Amino acid sequence: MSQPTPATENTVSRQEILEVARLARLGVDEDTASSYADDITKVLKLMQTLGNVDTTDIKPLSNIHEVCQDLRADVAKHDINRERNQSMAPAVEAGLYLVPQVIE
Amino acid sequence: MSELHLLSTQQLITGLQDKQFSSAELTEHYIKRIDALDSKINSFITHTSETARAQAQAADEMRAQGDKRPLLGVPMAHKDIFCTQGVLTTCGSKMLHNFISPYDATIVTNIDKAGMISLGKLNMDEFAMGSDNESSHYGAVHNPWNLNHVPGGSSGGSSAAVAAGFVPVATASDTGGSIRQPASFCGLTGIKPTYGRISRFGMIAYASSLDQAGSMGRSAMDCAYLLQPMIGHDPRDATSIKHDMPDYVQDLNAAVTAAGDNAKPLEGLRIGVAKEYFTSGLDTEVEQAVRAALKQYEALGATIVEVNITDPEITLATYYMLAPAEASSNLSRFDGVRFGYRCENPTDLLDLYTRSRSEGFGPEVQRRILTGTYALSAGYFDAYYIKAQKVRRLIVKDFEDAFANCDVIASPTAPTAAYKLGEDLDPATMYLGDVYTIGVNLAGLPALSQPVGLTSNGLPIGLQLIGQYWQESKLLSTAHLFQQHTDHHLQHSTIAKETV
Repeated sequence: MSQPTPATENTVSRQEILEVARLARLGVDEDTASSYADDITKVLKLMQTLGNVDTTDIKPLSNIHEVCQDLRADVAKHDINRERNQSMAPAVEAGLYLVPQVIE
Repeated sequence: MSELHLLSTQQLITGLQDKQFSSAELTEHYIKRIDALDSKINSFITHTSETARAQAQAADEMRAQGDKRPLLGVPMAHKDIFCTQGVLTTCGSKMLHNFISPYDATIVTNIDKAGMISLGKLNMDEFAMGSDNESSHYGAVHNPWNLNHVPGGSSGGSSAAVAAGFVPVATASDTGGSIRQPASFCGLTGIKPTYGRISRFGMIAYASSLDQAGSMGRSAMDCAYLLQPMIGHDPRDATSIKHDMPDYVQDLNAAVTAAGDNAKPLEGLRIGVAKEYFTSGLDTEVEQAVRAALKQYEALGATIVEVNITDPEITLATYYMLAPAEASSNLSRFDGVRFGYRCENPTDLLDLYTRSRSEGFGPEVQRRILTGTYALSAGYFDAYYIKAQKVRRLIVKDFEDAFANCDVIASPTAPTAAYKLGEDLDPATMYLGDVYTIGVNLAGLPALSQPVGLTSNGLPIGLQLIGQYWQESKLLSTAHLFQQHTDHHLQHSTIAKETV
């Protein structure tokens, strides 16, 4: 594999962090966004070394063993205990999870 | 009796079988130590002492009736990343501060079936994201060798508890080095097996293609004993692989028997050493201890072979692109709806999600979620995430090429020994500490860390051995034979030497 050389700098802006936080459903205020932007910019500087690695005709690798999903027989197994699984839910009624109103 | 905690797992098993002490006495000994000394270490989040006492009593009765399971009645503890039915499982996070798991992880079930006794749940970096156990919602863990220093992470509670003599062995998990590095920082042996060897069912996910459970103990044999019940295919984990089922303890004993009185028991073993692992950033004392250990390996008959591996800068970049990306997906399940932390008085659903997650997750977890979401977002997905996946394939190829010329690859486990608590490193600097361990996770290879000395101020140093796929026996046997002829693994931490 070729040796890494630093590529051009990539700075993450506070605005980008606020948008990414929205996507990730994280509440980030302006000050914290600036701080995270600085941190993530430093992390992305590590990533610049990937830019010059030749990956022509290389397939992405997502799982090391690249095996097929094992299938099982299409047989219903009644092993879900709803009462037990919902015993620690913040708010439950008649087997349903309660959340604030979604639609006006 | 006051020094039961200094015995190896094998000695404990023999002692129980020979009735030198009972499981009840042994369990009480550890509980007493934890109660007296863990306030200095903070290795446990949850204690299960009463259950443990009852299980110990039952174990003694079963043994009296002829139960011959070797691990029956031997205490241990679980990293708090493994779900334990009826017992709090926090993953070191406020997000799960109230999560009483409704089920056991597969490895918890298996270890329970082996007859071991869990003394509780061990502290860890929040959601396994960290290398020093300072990010836990339940407070930092202190290194039993020097209380002002970190124990490593994310399995810092596991490493500290074993090193302090609170349990003989502990489960742990490793996504980028989280078994090996804390083992190195605490003078222990710790092994991460081949990806797919151990079921991830019930192990709270950080990065699903990298996470793997493993064991920690004071020696390779300790690790082998705990690893044994953990392995095996599990239909409930789609990434669990059907493979051979070695008997690690038997394999290690066979290696010793085969060696006999041979002064060179490792003759024929080729140890690959890569210059890429010995560059600037590596502490001088760590390098000296690692090179001295390699000399000891040569004296035992091994041959050192020069190999090349991927530039660690490239490996680091690949890991810190892929792991946060996977984490951002895995942690999306924590939304305040079905379990875990929910914010108070949410005004609407978006507010519920946003405040529950912001209030429930610590800063490092949020940072990694943001990094991962950024990498996966439109416009960056190909440049960052897909690029990193392609480089990952090249990293695997580099390891394959190296293993054409050697049997195992050796390196320092970490560039330094344990650093001081509260050093407040910026994230990018902290991530550099993982430079030797993360390639193993990207390639899914097995690897262990073994202690090979101390720094001039008394902190442990670890040597990493990386093996080929499915060759945990070879790794453990190699370390075991080394440990038959050296005494680094027999050194005790300051806390372990304290009696109560």
